[in-house]
Amino acid sequence: MDRGLAVLYRKELADHIHSLRSLVLAALVALTSLASLFTAAQALRAVVPTAKDPSAISVFLIAVSSGANNLPSLASFVGFLAPLLGLGMSFDAISSERNRRTLLRLLAQPIYRDDVILAKWLAALTVVGVFFFALGVLVVGLAIFFFGVPPEGEELLRFFTYLAATVVYVAVWISFGVLLSLLFRQPSTSILIGLAAWLYFVLFHPLLVNLFVPVDEGAPPNVQLRQFAWHQGLLRLSPVELYQEIATALLTPEVRTLGPLTLGQLVGAVPTPLPYSQSLILVLPHVVVLFALDAVLFALSFAYFMRQDITGRE
Amino acid sequence: MAREEAVVLEHLTKTFGETRAVEDLNLTVYEGEIFGLLGPNGAGKTTTILMLLGLVEPTEGRVLVFGIDATRNPREVKRVVGYLPDDVGFYEDLTGRENLRLTGRLNGLSEAEVEATAERLLARVGLEEAADLPVKAYSRGIRQRLGLADTLMKKPRLIVLDEPTLGIDPEGVREFLHLIRTLSQEEGVTVLLSSHHLHQVQAICDRVGIFVRGRLLAVGTIDELSRQLFSQEPYALRLTVRPLTEDVRQALARIPGVTRVEPQGSDELFVAAARDVAAEVAREVVGRGAALARLEPVRYGLDEIYHRFFEGVA
Repeated sequence: MDRGLAVLYRKELADHIHSLRSLVLAALVALTSLASLFTAAQALRAVVPTAKDPSAISVFLIAVSSGANNLPSLASFVGFLAPLLGLGMSFDAISSERNRRTLLRLLAQPIYRDDVILAKWLAALTVVGVFFFALGVLVVGLAIFFFGVPPEGEELLRFFTYLAATVVYVAVWISFGVLLSLLFRQPSTSILIGLAAWLYFVLFHPLLVNLFVPVDEGAPPNVQLRQFAWHQGLLRLSPVELYQEIATALLTPEVRTLGPLTLGQLVGAVPTPLPYSQSLILVLPHVVVLFALDAVLFALSFAYFMRQDITGRE
Repeated sequence: MAREEAVVLEHLTKTFGETRAVEDLNLTVYEGEIFGLLGPNGAGKTTTILMLLGLVEPTEGRVLVFGIDATRNPREVKRVVGYLPDDVGFYEDLTGRENLRLTGRLNGLSEAEVEATAERLLARVGLEEAADLPVKAYSRGIRQRLGLADTLMKKPRLIVLDEPTLGIDPEGVREFLHLIRTLSQEEGVTVLLSSHHLHQVQAICDRVGIFVRGRLLAVGTIDELSRQLFSQEPYALRLTVRPLTEDVRQALARIPGVTRVEPQGSDELFVAAARDVAAEVAREVVGRGAALARLEPVRYGLDEIYHRFFEGVA
C-alpha cells in the first residue's frame, strides 16, 4: 500500500471508530436484527416440534430469513438498513474536510489526490465489513442458544456468504455517498439526495415498474413470458432488487431459479434444496453487477475529484 | 547573482473563463530570501501560490520550484514546499501534536523523527502548553502558530505563507512576523509571504513584488522601488521652522533642484528635490533668522509606493 494511503486510511479508521455516528448506525442495525431474530426464533420453536421430520428443516436459515408477529426478518432489516449504513458513513466524506479547511492542508502534502477518497472508501468499507462479521457471529451464537443445536456447515457457509454480499452491497452505497460528498458542499443536501435515492430504489422503483410494465396474468404464456422478461429486467436496474435476489437465493436453498420457470421445466424435478455451489452460481451475475456498479461510481468520484477546484470557499 | 533560484515563474497566466486571474507573470525568488508578494485582495496572489504548489494548473507558462516543474510533478514540489493558507484547517478533535504527527507521517518521516520534529517545532513556536489540548480549544493566533509548525514538519526548503497574519491582534502579528524572520534565518528556509498589509511586508521582507489585478507591477527591495517610482524627485526633506514665514518658503523654493515645497501643519514643511539639498535648505532657513527645530530626510516607504501604484492602475 502506498504510504500516503496507509497513513490516511489509519486516520479515517480511527475517526470512524471514535465517531458517535458509526456507533448509532451500527446499534440501529444490530438492535433491529437481533429483535427480529428473537421473534422469529420464538415462532419457530413453537412450529418445528410439530413437523414430521424436524431434522430436515434448516432452522437457522429460516430464522434469519423469515419474520414473525408482523416483524420483518433479519435479512429484510439488514437489506433495508444497509444502504443507510453506507450513506451515513460517507455522505460528508469530502465536504466535511473541505468545510473544515483541512482538505487544502492535506493536498499540500506529497500524496496523490486520489489517495484521499480511496482512504475514506476503504476505511468505511473496513468498518462495515468488521461490523457485519461481528453481527454474523453474534447471530450464530444466539441461534445456538435459542435452538440448542448448532447450524449445519452449509447453513453457516450460506449465511456468511450472504453477509459478504451485503458488504459488497453497502460498498455501492458508500461509493455513492463519496460521490455525493464531492458534488455537494452542504452535507445536508448530500444526505437528503442520498436518502431520496434510497427511498426511490426501495419503494418507488418496484411500484413504477409494476405500474408501467405489468405482467398480465391472463395473457397467453409466450406474451406473459415476454412481459415478465421486461418487468424483471427493469426491476434489476435497481441495486436493491439485485441485492434482494442475492439474499433470497442464498438464504432459501429451495429457490432453484431467479427467473421464470415453466411447468414443463418443473416436471420430473425433485423438490430438494439446491447445494451451496449451485446457489452461488445463481447469484454470481448479480454480485458481479454490484462490483461493477461500485467500480463505476468510484471511477466517477475519482474523475470528478481530480478535476475539481479544491480551493473554492463558497 | 550566484544564489540559487528557489522559484522561477515564466509567463505564468491563469484564466477562469473570461477573467484573467494572473497575467504573464515573470518572477524569480532566490534561495534564502524572504520575498513579499504584496497586493490587494483578489489580485491573484492565492491563485499564483496554488499554481506554485501544483494544485491549480496554469493556463499558460511554467512554474519551477528548485528546478522541478510544479505542474508536471506536483508531488515532488510538495515534498520541499510547506504551505500555510490564510485560514488553515486542523482536525478539531485531535490535539495540536496529533495534527503535526499526521503531517509528518504523510511526508514519510519515521515515527521517531515525527515525535522529535513535532516536539522541537512545538517548542519553537511556543506551543508547549497547548500542544496536548484539542485544536478546537485554540485561539486564532495559536492556530496560526501551529500552522507555521505544520508547514515546517516536512523540513521544507521553501515555505509559502498566504496572508498568515489575518485576524491576529497587533501584538500577535508582531510576534508572528518575528518568528518567521528567525525561522528563516535559523532553518535556512526561503519564505514567500503574501499579504495586503504593507507594513508587515516592509517589516520582514528582503524583496517585494507588487501585484495588482493579476499583473506584477514592480519587483525589488523597498529602496529600489522607491527610487524607481520617485525618480523625478528622489530626495525629500521634512523640516520644522519657527517661525514659518512666507519669506522662508519662497527662499526654499528658489534653491536650484527643489521641485516642491508643501506646508504641513503650522510650522512644518515638506521639500522634494532632484538632488540632495539639505545643507542649502539649512543655510537659507538660518540665514533668514528663523530657528530650524528639525530637519530630516524622508525615506519613501511602502505606503507611498503602494499608493503611487494604485494611482497608476486606477
